[in-house]
Amino acid sequence: MKFSLTWLRDYLDTDASVAEICDALNAIGLEVEGVEDPAEKLAGFRVAHVLTAARHPDADKLQVLTVDTGEGDPLQVVCGAPNARAGMKGVLGLPGATVPANGMVLRKSAIRGVESNGMMCSVRELELGEDHDGIIELPDDAPVGTDFASYHGASPVIEVAVTPNRPDCMGVYGIARDLAAKGLGTLKAIAMPGFSAAGACPVEIRTDDPEGCPAFYGRVVTGVKNGPSPDWLQARLKSAGQRPISLLVDLTNYLMLGFGRPAHVYDLAKLQGAVVARRAKEGEQVLALNEKTYTLDSDMVVIADDVQVHDIAGIMGGEDSGVSETTTDVLLEIAYFDPARIGATGRKLGLASDARTRFERGVDPEFLDEGLDLLTGLIVELAGGQPSEVVRAGSPPADAKVIVFDPGLTLRLGGVEVPEAEQKRILESLGFAVGGDWQVTCPLRRHDLEGPADLVEEVVRIHGLDKVASVALPRIEGVARPTATAQQMLERSLRRAAAASGLNEAVIWSFLPERAADHFASDGEDLWVLANPISEDLKAMRPSLLPGLLMAAKRNADRGADATRLFEIGRRYFRGGNGLSDERPTLGIVLAGERAERNWQSGKAKAFDAFDAKALALDLLQVAGAPVANLMVMGEAGPQFHPGQSATLRLGPKVVLARFGMVHPATLKAFDMDAPVAAVELFIDAIPAKKNAAFARPGFTPPALQTVTRDFAFLVPQALAAGDLVRAVQGADKASIVAARVFDVFAGQGVPEGRKSIAIEVTLQPGEKSFTESDLKAIADSVVAAAAKLGAELRG
Amino acid sequence: MRDLPLADARAHSASPIRQVMTELDSQKQAALAAIAGATSLEALEEQRLAALGKKGWVSLALKTLGQMSPDERSAAAPAIQAARTEIAEAIEAKKAALEAAELEAQLVRETIDLTLPAPAAPRGSVHPVSQVMDELAEIFADLGFAVATGPEIEDDWHNFTALNMDETHPARAMHDTFYFPDRTPEGREILLRTHTSPVQIRSMIAQSAPIRIIAPGRVYRSDSDATHTPMFHQVEGLVVDRDIHLGHLKWTLETFFKAFFEREDITLRLRPSYFPFTEPSVEVDVGYSVEGNRRVVGGHGDAPGHAWMELGGSGMVNPRVLEFAGLDPKEWQGFAFGLGIDRIAMLKYGMNDLRAFFDGDPRWLRHYGFSPFDQPTLSAGVGARA
Repeated sequence: MKFSLTWLRDYLDTDASVAEICDALNAIGLEVEGVEDPAEKLAGFRVAHVLTAARHPDADKLQVLTVDTGEGDPLQVVCGAPNARAGMKGVLGLPGATVPANGMVLRKSAIRGVESNGMMCSVRELELGEDHDGIIELPDDAPVGTDFASYHGASPVIEVAVTPNRPDCMGVYGIARDLAAKGLGTLKAIAMPGFSAAGACPVEIRTDDPEGCPAFYGRVVTGVKNGPSPDWLQARLKSAGQRPISLLVDLTNYLMLGFGRPAHVYDLAKLQGAVVARRAKEGEQVLALNEKTYTLDSDMVVIADDVQVHDIAGIMGGEDSGVSETTTDVLLEIAYFDPARIGATGRKLGLASDARTRFERGVDPEFLDEGLDLLTGLIVELAGGQPSEVVRAGSPPADAKVIVFDPGLTLRLGGVEVPEAEQKRILESLGFAVGGDWQVTCPLRRHDLEGPADLVEEVVRIHGLDKVASVALPRIEGVARPTATAQQMLERSLRRAAAASGLNEAVIWSFLPERAADHFASDGEDLWVLANPISEDLKAMRPSLLPGLLMAAKRNADRGADATRLFEIGRRYFRGGNGLSDERPTLGIVLAGERAERNWQSGKAKAFDAFDAKALALDLLQVAGAPVANLMVMGEAGPQFHPGQSATLRLGPKVVLARFGMVHPATLKAFDMDAPVAAVELFIDAIPAKKNAAFARPGFTPPALQTVTRDFAFLVPQALAAGDLVRAVQGADKASIVAARVFDVFAGQGVPEGRKSIAIEVTLQPGEKSFTESDLKAIADSVVAAAAKLGAELRG
Repeated sequence: MRDLPLADARAHSASPIRQVMTELDSQKQAALAAIAGATSLEALEEQRLAALGKKGWVSLALKTLGQMSPDERSAAAPAIQAARTEIAEAIEAKKAALEAAELEAQLVRETIDLTLPAPAAPRGSVHPVSQVMDELAEIFADLGFAVATGPEIEDDWHNFTALNMDETHPARAMHDTFYFPDRTPEGREILLRTHTSPVQIRSMIAQSAPIRIIAPGRVYRSDSDATHTPMFHQVEGLVVDRDIHLGHLKWTLETFFKAFFEREDITLRLRPSYFPFTEPSVEVDVGYSVEGNRRVVGGHGDAPGHAWMELGGSGMVNPRVLEFAGLDPKEWQGFAFGLGIDRIAMLKYGMNDLRAFFDGDPRWLRHYGFSPFDQPTLSAGVGARA
């Protein structure tokens, strides 16, 4: 909402400066978004009198003028305008002034050898209009030497952001009322025009939809003359950011901007029969004033005559009955529409307008007659014509809200003590009626008021939020409990552990291109896909953290990065059984490029492999408190992984805590990558929560005797998984064997075809007594026997 | 052969013991010279054996003592013992010298070029958004706020209706909401939450009152330009108790911003505003100045060289919202606020491009990210300095 200071002063009697007004606007909740002072732009331009005009000695199209600037000797100015002549008054830009249209700084200069001390300006050069055929011609009575800005009546323009709850401030008068309440001046009464209406309205007006259009008032004015608006009106509209169109249209806009009250003017000649507010018929069409055709439905309210729709009610008029230069008789419409329905219609049609903005937020139901009279008066004054009597169909809502208020609430809720008399004054200055028992009747134009808290807001915002003192929040008594949940602590630990492992934490979009999301969806999984994505690249909610990380890795590779070690902790989005979302906390890791650059110690660069992924998965699961020693390494990491170089880590056969390994070459291809990539996905939600244990640990009792190690080398079938052999060995004598570790794997020379050699170091922990030779032999025998069950034989 | 000189001495010398002594002395001198000249531990060992070995001349000389007269013995014995000690010491000293020289040579052989690069451990980092979320949790924990979470795929009841924005509310349209084509079993629209405020509703319903929570997390708006991304981060704060008022809100925000920016001169300006879920509603501005091309929070916004910048919205929880969340507004009241996490992270740590937050460029992540050991704590300060 933009308005000039002059306009504001039409309604507010105030001596306040622009700065004071802006401070007050901010303080009462009308945020100032900008102030533009045309006087600054027009600094250095003056009303000047051309005393003489003579041909330039060296240029046919130029003249040499002597110009009186009101002080000192007349100045010599070279001018190329055809209308420059002795005796005229115009606008002179003095050296140092900046031409608003092009930013040129004027200087004393020589033009074709003749000294020029300034520039006579055109309308366009001063950004006052488009005319550039000649220089500005001012009336003869224009006072020579006056700053052009003040002569022109240039007034600072203030732009405020009006919150959606305050449609009453979408007109200058409403802003003036709020400022008056704040003490910035006195609100002037609205000056009602004097005109004499004659005769009943010749057009039948009805509302056939009292719910959508409770009130529709109208009046005909005959014998008007349309045309361009007078300069003052054009200037006002421009200051408010509104383009002047024609006098009749401009006057409706003037009413709307001045009082927040939209109205519409129809060309009576183009209407046939009764003019009715009704629901649109399904599929009915209207060509709107924006020259677009809209197809309507039966939820929408329209204004129509016997033949066609002429207005999308409260949003935009129809082209076919719009006023033109030749319009002589008009029908004025001022109506009250149901705000919700206007909003719904506007959203459905995707059609925004100044009228809709006001109607859907709620216009003043008490301002129909006054609005219509104001508009009529302006039309009669500026366009002539004879108005008819008003015809009224229906009636606007008239039930005022009454709130039982306790002025003590201002302190209890607002935290500031405001004397009751001052509270009463504030409310009354805003148009509330305050009864003796604090029954507060709200003005009908305030649609946002629901209860006592709203009145506290009114009082506090006018009294001043800056008067609210800080009061410390009381400390909660008792022992401080952790404010983070176990889940949050888990994510924090994982994050810092992953970073400590050399990974960079990324935050990646939650949505993906649908194709990328599909690639990582399980069979038959129903992704969450946006109905209105901002782009195809941000459309489906991710079922995995890996695709986003892969895409980031690709961007990095394209930027020439040698290595990308990224992780992210975020959610995967699934569908829960109840149709709602099931969002699962997850940690994803992507390792792309070189694990180690080529170097002088080990030669060639080394790529990441599946064991890098495994090591990270296990380390992080350890940090998360998962029982790492009990995990099973199983397959089925998913089709996105290399089938021979990937696995899952499971707690029991069903609970998958993580998947890791090399990404499938086909997946890499789908993501337009070529070099191998290792990846991990840790399913944080599957990690069992830590038991709520006591602080004290059990007592520490180190074993009395040292451990003993024994090495076993087995020949096993090529296909036997080392993990299975280790588990078998470890289980061979649970009382004594505390660890079993593969330290060599070998196939080839000396090992029969189809077999491989696995060497395992077994750690034995004696109990009370040292092992005897026969103890050790018995353990070794059971190890060999356990291994034999898997087809392993001890190497000779 | 080695015993001959002594025997000769005794047989032929007029003063045999003197001759023995002379002989001994010359043998000793020869041995000491040989020891001094030894160039290896092996050569030195040879000299030790020749002198002090079982058949060494010192050992043999000692054996002759038994055949001497007491007078001779008392003259010869100390001399022989002294020679033995002198030679043994010389050998020890030489041995130490040779070993030291050997070690010296070994160290020279083992010298390496330490200007060569060592294997570098990759440097990991924590994302600024996570870091700031941890900072928030820490600061607010001190004020008794727990961290709450809620779903990002929300329904319109929690995201709008319960926050006093019914279907027709104009503010709904201002939220640039991402919708899914799906509906909940109750027929509610499903959308991506446009703010963290639905967590207020969920927390109040789940925990009732009194309540003190912050709810940081991802939020989504269909908006993308230089300063807006379709996904960003907010933190919601909510306090509901029996006599919480606007003054408590002001204090809480002041206390938070002072702790967060670690500046005493943080000045807030509260302006009336409008949010459907608060009443009264308050916009929070902070004073700042510009240093270089960077906004620096601090000072009074009306002071010379300063201005005000919007930081977030807040207000007293609208009684209707309390009702929606199942609390009796006659009994309970409180405040709520919402802040942009990305925005306050940028203000504190100097990033200027929001889009880069979500790109996953390790160069940016290392530059603006944090060491895993920069865990914000109250004792160490919640901010991590560059």
